[in-house]
Amino acid sequence: MTVSSKTGVPGISPGIKDVSRARAKLSGTTSTGFKSLLMASPLIAVLLFFLVLPIGMIVVVSFWQATEFSIIPAFVLENYEFLLGSDVTYRVFLNTLKYAVITWVCTLLIGFAVAYFLAFHVRSLTWQITLFLLCTIPFWTSNIIRMISWIPFLGRNGIANSTLISLGVIEEPVEWLLFSDFAVILAFVHLYTLFMIVPIFNTMMRIDHSLIEAARDAGASGAQILWNVIIPLSKPGIMIGTIFVLTLVMGDFITVRFMSGSQSANVGRLISNDVALLQYPSAAATAVVLLLTVLIVIGILLRFVDIRKEL
Amino acid sequence: MSHATKNLELVSVTKRYGDAVAVDEISHRFSPGSYACLLGPSGCGKSSTLRMIAGHESTTEGAILLGGQDISHLPPAKRGTAMMFQNYALFPHLSVIENVAFSLKIAGVGRRERHAKATEMLDLVDLAKLSGRLPDQLSGGQQQRVALARALITRPQVLLLDEPLSALDPFLRVRMRGELRRLQRELGITFVHVTHGQDEALSLADEIVVMNAARIEQAGPAREVFNAPKTDFVARFIGNHNVVALPQGAFAIRSDAVELTEQVSGAIEAVVTQIEYQGTHVAVTSRMSGDQNVIALIPDHLFFEHPTNPGDHVGLTWDETKMHKLNG
Repeated sequence: MTVSSKTGVPGISPGIKDVSRARAKLSGTTSTGFKSLLMASPLIAVLLFFLVLPIGMIVVVSFWQATEFSIIPAFVLENYEFLLGSDVTYRVFLNTLKYAVITWVCTLLIGFAVAYFLAFHVRSLTWQITLFLLCTIPFWTSNIIRMISWIPFLGRNGIANSTLISLGVIEEPVEWLLFSDFAVILAFVHLYTLFMIVPIFNTMMRIDHSLIEAARDAGASGAQILWNVIIPLSKPGIMIGTIFVLTLVMGDFITVRFMSGSQSANVGRLISNDVALLQYPSAAATAVVLLLTVLIVIGILLRFVDIRKEL
Repeated sequence: MSHATKNLELVSVTKRYGDAVAVDEISHRFSPGSYACLLGPSGCGKSSTLRMIAGHESTTEGAILLGGQDISHLPPAKRGTAMMFQNYALFPHLSVIENVAFSLKIAGVGRRERHAKATEMLDLVDLAKLSGRLPDQLSGGQQQRVALARALITRPQVLLLDEPLSALDPFLRVRMRGELRRLQRELGITFVHVTHGQDEALSLADEIVVMNAARIEQAGPAREVFNAPKTDFVARFIGNHNVVALPQGAFAIRSDAVELTEQVSGAIEAVVTQIEYQGTHVAVTSRMSGDQNVIALIPDHLFFEHPTNPGDHVGLTWDETKMHKLNG
């Protein structure tokens, strides 16, 4: 038996040729490139205007000069020099990264577990869809409202503390529940877990169930199937969810402000403070550095997993 | 590499899904070291039967014995069976060699040892050269051979194949047929092959088990099933048979036993309705009294000596000894 098994089906390739020839005749062969460009032009225009132009503006402004009362168009590096020369910047970036990593771990664990349950333990499609929609219900309200609603729950005399006291678990109210890193991360996890569930659920739904039977046929236990089959095949979804969560957390400023009671800082708050003080060039420089940081992180992540399979 | 093979036996195996009966108290003993085909139309319970033997489906009632031991409550990997899935179910993220070595990896065999054993298996199916590829870089026939190697690496007593050839194109299907048969002979283990194609079953099987409506209709050597179908259903499903109702009862007559003549006494009167050229033969369909269609398979040289056309009146004759009485 030979290795290659190319039993071509005659009759198919001529058919394809005919179709492409007819298509070429319709469009006129020389202008095909121009025509496809023309067809893509609305999207190109939208992206240029709403994506490239604003970012370009930010980059330009980041080189401008600013004093307490004026902004001067120029090309100076003093914004970057100040930013990179201050150890506050490094502490804030580190803090942002800390939030991102802890939130990522929590959302990944919860998101993976929920997606796994939906995809492999809920048998009927109707129930899968119902439960999945149930997961999205919190998203019917604004995320600021969802965030603020934690405050009466976690506060010094909030529901959590009074319940714990009445149960006798603690004697005095716990202080770190609200206006702390704990509160910030809790809010992040609450807000962004869905962004992990959706892509992971999506990849898991595409895993052929006969693969799991094949693994069981080979003697694999539940944990071995999870580790050797399901996790590797869910990687693209995990990666997309990771990108969502990391970029959302690293770009956030409002959650940190509300939930830490303005006691913690992240890069977003650095930028928003600059903007509040009308220090646009400095804010722009911080934004550029943040953008580059996020892009580098995503670039590193994409080296590990090919997410194009998913798109 | 032959094994001491054990008997596989089904004892009143039943599968119910709620009220629906998928497999209804079937009992059968597969002879050890043989190639058996479970043949039947879709929904007849043949796949459920196979999956119950494999352990991917629980039995509602009855026992599955392998070497005298009831395996119906054991997990799939403990049964001494291995399954080859219809769509091959290769792990898309693992290379060919890792796919084949998967069960050894699960069992905790070291990398070098499991690769050596997997290479041995890949040699058996002539694929050692492609061991580093991913499944989607292989053709359908190659994927199938990887699936075979993966199933065989556990040294099963019984290999279960779920419509293994249905995803292949016709030329490859014929070639893989020969390949499967060769492997079965070399390994000397029992193959149980599920198919809905009678030509596949006839060409491969030592033993054919025809199933219909959750029951076994007939089981026996391929030639016996073909030449002596017990029921109307088997005669029709196995193909190349005419089922005619005569005053004495229902009979099956092989299409190639029917001869066309002039309308003479002793011959059955019929009108030709359709002519189909099949290369070596010509299939002449004609309608006899009682609106019964009879197909006569005439060798092409005989047909073209005396060609007939649709609408012609002809006589049908056959040797009385070729008539086979059907039950029921």
